[in-house]
Amino acid sequence: MSNEENIIEIRGLKKSYGKLKVLDDLNLSVKRGTMLALLGPNGAGKTTTIRILSTLLSPDAGMVHVNGLDVVKDANAVRHIIGLTGQYASVDEYLTGRENLVMMGKLYHLGGEQSKKRAGELLEQFNLVDAADRSAKTYSGGMRRRLDLASSLVATPPIIFLDEPTTGLDPRSRIAMWKVIEDLKAKEVTIVLTTQYLEEADKLADQIAVLDRGKIIAVGTADELKAKVGNERIEFVIDTDENFKKSLGIISGVGLSTNKEDKSISISTDGSVREVKRVLDILYDANVGIESLSVHKPSLDDVFLGLTGKKTEVEQEEKKK
Amino acid sequence: MNNLEHTNKHSRLYWYFSDTWVLIVRSLKPIFKNPDQLLGLTIQPIMFMLLFRYVFGGAINTGGITYVNFLVAGILVQMSAFGSLTTSLSVATDVRRGIMERFKTLPIVSTSVITGHVVADLARNILSAIIMLLVALLVGFKPTATLSEWFLIAGILLLFTFAISWVAAILGLLAKSLEAVQWMGFFFVFPLTFASAAFAPTDSMPLVLRVFAENQPVTHVIEAIRALMVGTPLGNHATMATLWCIGITIVAIPLTRYLFHKNNAK
Repeated sequence: MSNEENIIEIRGLKKSYGKLKVLDDLNLSVKRGTMLALLGPNGAGKTTTIRILSTLLSPDAGMVHVNGLDVVKDANAVRHIIGLTGQYASVDEYLTGRENLVMMGKLYHLGGEQSKKRAGELLEQFNLVDAADRSAKTYSGGMRRRLDLASSLVATPPIIFLDEPTTGLDPRSRIAMWKVIEDLKAKEVTIVLTTQYLEEADKLADQIAVLDRGKIIAVGTADELKAKVGNERIEFVIDTDENFKKSLGIISGVGLSTNKEDKSISISTDGSVREVKRVLDILYDANVGIESLSVHKPSLDDVFLGLTGKKTEVEQEEKKK
Repeated sequence: MNNLEHTNKHSRLYWYFSDTWVLIVRSLKPIFKNPDQLLGLTIQPIMFMLLFRYVFGGAINTGGITYVNFLVAGILVQMSAFGSLTTSLSVATDVRRGIMERFKTLPIVSTSVITGHVVADLARNILSAIIMLLVALLVGFKPTATLSEWFLIAGILLLFTFAISWVAAILGLLAKSLEAVQWMGFFFVFPLTFASAAFAPTDSMPLVLRVFAENQPVTHVIEAIRALMVGTPLGNHATMATLWCIGITIVAIPLTRYLFHKNNAK
């Protein structure tokens, strides 16, 4: 039966669409009552992993256990203990917020009375009381997401999957959503959340698993991951092309990355003045002019860069623009 | 008590009916909440009845019976066929909007979602049929059916609506977009209802069309209902209609289930 420690166990998970390998020998475990963030760019396999965990998709190979239950063989039993909130708010537009929740309660077999009671609680918890009896068609994006998340919590499942719960939300709705997720965490449910934002994973999750091309390339706490890539990055923009070339030969450091087009050089540092001075000295001694210097905290892109030596697709696309 | 313990209190069959009922109610709600749908349900039968009665009524020779008496069976069945496209749209919308995914993660027989739409379609159709029959009576329809014949008529019409609604659900699952539902429905419903005995006797049709029209299920359903309603020759139409509808349903339900779950493999 279930491993006491790990409520979710994935071993050697593979999934392809035709020739495209989406998940390639993925291994992952999640401790009971913790929150794991699956962090990765678009196309890394985050959603596919969530869809397999929530019984929507069958794996090609590998073992996937949720609370000791096999997601393929015991799919129906798994469905009793999970809640899923997908990337698109999946609510019934013609029904009111309350009707949506009551329907979910009944389908989770809570019974009529209990379903109504639970719907009332959730509407309150998710700040939807005022809109409770309006059809969901009239809801804003943030409200729909909250209703969607509430729908997946009707049966108070011990395991919750959140697939990019804040993508596409405005900053205020995002913060409201974070608050809701933090409250859930306090209730000792196990949560697996996918996100493209390190900030989000950093703020919410106990553990972060970085996913790239269908493989987990690193697992750890936010601090552990950041330590791997250096806590902070210094970026210099060099004045001329000639000087840029010259500086390439003389600068060294962890996670060195360069960009010829905008003549920028960045390296990971521990954020100390000594480290910044070291690099500045090198450039100063070589008579290289510096147009600008900036120090910034690591982003997902930096974590990626540090772990894989390449930029994420998002960043590459942005650079093209 | 958690939901699993609740579930274990009753048999799987109990929950199947309970879940399906919840989803039928869900599919029925838009009828009353969406004014457009209610309007379509009531105006459409009135419009069809009046248009055909007065536009074609004088021009089409229906032999021994008046055109309005000939027409009612045809329009009833045509309305049912057009009405089934609501099932296609509802199913396609559920898939597009992602709520189908949510239902699939629930501990229920997930095809109940589609059963809900099909049964709601039956209810909508009963409503439309009643309105249409009332209008028909106002414009000269004189049925000769006895009470037991009315029951048979209702039975055949519901059986047909049920069968075609499952086919419509398949279109909804296959459609790549909501627009696709529109044209797929168009190509599916128009030939079936117009190349039939719905609006004109089949005698005057060219040979190939006539062979199709006389042997396709919609004609059998129409002829059976017409015979029971106004006393035209019944022949084997009732038997053929019933066999066709049962046959279509037997094929369509497993096919729907297959297509519904096939999406999982993607």
